[in-house]
Amino acid sequence: MIELTDLTKIYGGRRAVGPLSLTIPKGQFVALLGGSGCGKTTTLKMINGLITPDGGAVKVGGAPAGEEPPHLLRRRIGYVFQEVGLFPHMTIDENIAVGPKLAGWERPRITSRTQELLDLVALPNELGERLPSGLSGGQRQRVGMARALAAGPRIMLMDEPFGALDPITRDDLGRDYRMLHDRLGLTSVMVTHDVMEALLLADRIVVLDKGAILADGSPGELLADYPDPIVRSLMETPRRQAERVEALIRAPRHG
Amino acid sequence: MDDRWAAAWRVAPDYLAQHVLLSVSALALGVAISLPLAVAASRNAAVRWPSLFGASLIQTIPSLALLALFYPLLLALSALGKTWFGHGFQALGFLPSLLALTLYSMLPILRNGVAGIMGVDHAAVEAARGMGMTSLQRLIRVELPLAAPVIMAGIRTAAVWTIGAATLATPVGQTSLGNYIFLGLQTENWVFVLFGCGASAGLALCTDQLLGLIESGLTQRRPWRMWVGGAGLLVGALAALSPLASATVGRSYVVGSKNFSEQSILSELMASRLEATGAHVQQKQDLGSATAYRALAAGEIDAYVDYTGTLWTNVLDRRDNPGRAVVLRELTSNLKRRDGVMLLGPIGFENAYALAMRADRAKALGIVTIADLAAHAADLNLGSDLEFLSRPEWTALRNAYGLRFRKETSYQPTFMYRALADGEADVISAFSSDGRIAADHLIVLGDPREALPPYDAVILVSPARVEDSRLLGALRPLVGAIPVAAMRAANYTVDRDTDKLTPAQAAADLARRIGSGQPKQ
Repeated sequence: MIELTDLTKIYGGRRAVGPLSLTIPKGQFVALLGGSGCGKTTTLKMINGLITPDGGAVKVGGAPAGEEPPHLLRRRIGYVFQEVGLFPHMTIDENIAVGPKLAGWERPRITSRTQELLDLVALPNELGERLPSGLSGGQRQRVGMARALAAGPRIMLMDEPFGALDPITRDDLGRDYRMLHDRLGLTSVMVTHDVMEALLLADRIVVLDKGAILADGSPGELLADYPDPIVRSLMETPRRQAERVEALIRAPRHG
Repeated sequence: MDDRWAAAWRVAPDYLAQHVLLSVSALALGVAISLPLAVAASRNAAVRWPSLFGASLIQTIPSLALLALFYPLLLALSALGKTWFGHGFQALGFLPSLLALTLYSMLPILRNGVAGIMGVDHAAVEAARGMGMTSLQRLIRVELPLAAPVIMAGIRTAAVWTIGAATLATPVGQTSLGNYIFLGLQTENWVFVLFGCGASAGLALCTDQLLGLIESGLTQRRPWRMWVGGAGLLVGALAALSPLASATVGRSYVVGSKNFSEQSILSELMASRLEATGAHVQQKQDLGSATAYRALAAGEIDAYVDYTGTLWTNVLDRRDNPGRAVVLRELTSNLKRRDGVMLLGPIGFENAYALAMRADRAKALGIVTIADLAAHAADLNLGSDLEFLSRPEWTALRNAYGLRFRKETSYQPTFMYRALADGEADVISAFSSDGRIAADHLIVLGDPREALPPYDAVILVSPARVEDSRLLGALRPLVGAIPVAAMRAANYTVDRDTDKLTPAQAAADLARRIGSGQPKQ
């Protein structure tokens, strides 16, 4: 579904990404994991052409990127990011309708689609009339997701989508999105620096360091005794936390 | 006093309409140029810095100078157009004012436009790009709506500046509310000055408030405010412009004048005589001295009054003084040959630099001419206006008569006359047609050696009108018709401190006094 070959990006003479090669099959949920400056966001944005690669090739759905203008490619790919970027001068309904309008849908179809999407992201329908400023952070991110999904993309790119939310909302939204991913048969690529989030949501974790792939495997494979020391130390924290939580749950209760 | 208010109200519809037409056109053109430029500048740093720098640079030019600079530029372009395409255009009046004001309005629109577009929340811009909007879609659906309040604030600033600066269009021949101010300053008619300032400030404030309503409507997303503001602007502009629609269309006569009372009076006199023949007449007042002749030669004004000495030195570039008759004869033939301009004839009085004394004092000393004065000069004080002592006329006079005064002092004209009355000065430099000569009982000393060049007032007619019998017929009776005493009296009624007349009223009085024609009021 997504095929990156020797992808390279250079900023100010310094190699930010690459050469990086990665193939993501249809239906997979991939987390790009790494600390800040590891090149994960740059890699994500090169997939939908928000950043132009300096070398290498991107293929989306079998067609090489560059065969069509980048804005047409972007209309077929959902894009969600931490700041959400809802348009403050449009109501929630209008925000969700932007993608379908760009795709040239008819008005009745757009109206029923916005209702459907509010249901899908578990928001009450009457919210549609409001402006983004009248919503909570979690609600805004749900609208951001609804907007990205509105035109029916097969691929979703997400850049720290839950990064600005409180832990409970974050967990809620993460699980809800995972369900949507499965139900709609999406291919998802999520950038995150949160190891626990990557472990709990993704089918496959690609660890990036200094613009190159350090590790690539399922959450189980990475948690098992992975040969690379950096990856091992990365997985150490969530494992220890999980063991302590488990110990607490099993321990006999006092009083 | 009441007369002056009434006179101000009478011309208000025309001045206001012209002012609004000019301001609205300049602002519309300014927005049409600056907004696309602001968009380009916000997208591209290579456009941003030069355009902002250019607009700032224009802003540093004083607005009056900017307006004045466009006239010679357009005149040259018009001449080029004539030689290349056989077609020139009007270089005086509306066009130079429009261009200068347009340039002047650009900076606030451009600067706020760039700041507004570049200040749009980057998350909204990234979302727009991520969703697959093209650059144009992003601009129209996201950036412009979000930047609108800031852009509108810039347009507001530009509107206030433009309406204020439009008063400066008067000296390049465009009627505006500035006509009140310039005419008022020149004739010390403070009612007019006040009226002009008040009207232009009121217009600017109303426009600002209505635009402010639109701006707050945009900021608070309240459409009714935008509609009310927009409707108010539209209705106001149409109401102000309505006198233009009913104005006589078609080629009318244009009479010009320079920027002092005598010129305004003569211009009114010529205009009323032309109007008496049923013609439609426009007046372009307060022209600069050099501008007036060029405008006449280019056919932008049809007639005005100039002075032989001025034409002799400034147009023909001569420094000698071959005597009144020769100067007049040579001017008549040379202006015709050079520019096709017709010198219709002298009006009958002179407005020259002259030396004047109180009549009683001159009589006591037995002084009639400057030659008599030379003998007494060593005991006398000379008072002059600020310019006289550095002019060639003074050098010529001093050399011709060997004048050596005890003291030479420069004054503001008003104070110069006061100094003479108080005895602080014994002799002053005066203009021979100044109304105060008669009023203050002064005598002008004769110049038997003809050291001072003649400054006969003459009527000039533009090349396009030399065959126009209606114009020539209306103006020819003025040749030789106004003696210096009549002109002085008329000038005095406008220049005096109390009980002032407007130039139009003075012209009507003058017409009655010289008994030629029946100019209507």
